[in-house]
Amino acid sequence: MTALDFPTRKDEAFRYADLAALAPLWPVPVEPIRVAAGSSAALTVIADDATHAVARDLELTIEAGASFDLHLLNVAGAYGRLSVRAVLGEGARFHLGAAQLAGGDQTVEIVTEVVHTAPDATSRQVVRSVLAGHATGNYLGRVTVDRGAIGTDGEQSVRAMLLDRTATANARPELEIYADDVKCAHGCAVGELSAEGLFYLASRGVPPAQAKKLMLQAFLAEAFVGAADGDALNAASLAALEALL
Amino acid sequence: MLTIDSLSNQIAGKAILKGLSLTINPGEIHAIMGPNGAGKSTLAYTLGGRPGYEVTGGTVDFDGQDLLALEPHERAAAGLFLGFQYPVEIPGVSFVQFLREAANAQRKNRGEAPLSGGEFLKLAREKAALLRMDMDMLKRPVNVGFSGGEKKRAEMVQMGILDPKLAILDETDSGLDIDALRICGEGINAIMRKPDKAVLLITHYQRLLDYVKPDFVHVLAGGRIIKTGGPELALQLENEGYEAVAA
Repeated sequence: MTALDFPTRKDEAFRYADLAALAPLWPVPVEPIRVAAGSSAALTVIADDATHAVARDLELTIEAGASFDLHLLNVAGAYGRLSVRAVLGEGARFHLGAAQLAGGDQTVEIVTEVVHTAPDATSRQVVRSVLAGHATGNYLGRVTVDRGAIGTDGEQSVRAMLLDRTATANARPELEIYADDVKCAHGCAVGELSAEGLFYLASRGVPPAQAKKLMLQAFLAEAFVGAADGDALNAASLAALEALL
Repeated sequence: MLTIDSLSNQIAGKAILKGLSLTINPGEIHAIMGPNGAGKSTLAYTLGGRPGYEVTGGTVDFDGQDLLALEPHERAAAGLFLGFQYPVEIPGVSFVQFLREAANAQRKNRGEAPLSGGEFLKLAREKAALLRMDMDMLKRPVNVGFSGGEKKRAEMVQMGILDPKLAILDETDSGLDIDALRICGEGINAIMRKPDKAVLLITHYQRLLDYVKPDFVHVLAGGRIIKTGGPELALQLENEGYEAVAA
């Protein structure tokens, strides 16, 4: 497919997308961001439009020795798709901390492709999803290590919390490695709030809804550890969480 | 204060408590001892309202209220504290944050004004000092990375902050070294040994009872209390074993 062709479910990156909601936004403009060699930059994207679908497509070029911190909060009411492609130069560092929340029959998704093109680059991705009702939350993340990109260190930590058994989480961390001597780790878990933890909090007098909120707030905050905009991100994710509970 | 009358329950269809009766008056400390699998922890969890512990018969009156009709958080607000045998870790939630919410939720439930941040920290500092716990530990996530002994001391700090009428302490002495055992014992006395409060200690061993002197000792076996006596009963159990005493 070319960039302008409307995707189908056969396109891996759109397998779980809400194509009907995406159609009016197509083609999604690519937003190029270049982080010059040796420099540092950070970006926070909060997709919180309550009524309209949101789709963003970031294309990051992180040059040799550069460092980029990206934080995403995906709580778009109708449909939210945040897509990131990051190409890392030698010794570059990329950190993604992302959280998404959805309820009703919303779909939210974060799609990443991180390409290690040269030696010794580091990528870290922390993605947390909280899904209620009949919502669907997706994370599709591919890490590619090109031939020659030795000393690569890539890590994906992906966790989703289902508040109702009717909600769906799709998580697909993927590794494509064409070099030796690399370190790539991915962890992925989909679960429910610990009943033991909820009872422990309740036994101290915390009402059930408040106990859930406390635990989920902490869960989501893992995505925003060290973020310069941490307070704003946590406040926005708390507001979305309160709307969900 | 607490009147348990013919309490029976089941977990996943299996009957555990089989007509257990027990009365605890204000100012009393009761110890329940018994062999593994007798239903001691089940009694604690059932009184705390843990989901899955289904009551099949009997009544529990707590200060004139039907305890079994209350949700777990309402039982706490009514003045019940459950000390866990295995305190639960809650990643990312600090003790200070959680306990302030807990204390204020209880106060709200009772129609009292909430504690300010300053008032709460003063209270927390005082109770932490009582249990010789560094205040910095209470800024860490709930029980995460705590040793067994630290978890139990943290339970006692929580009890001090929440100031319950009745504490049910499920094997608070397990996993404690000698010093921690003494500190926890003294903490229980300082917080709970009062004319308007009561304690139900669940334990396997006499050693905690050296510090917290019980007024009554009960033997729980097969889901009901089969023998009741004074402190001397605990010593007799320690010397002769459950089988001999229960026979």
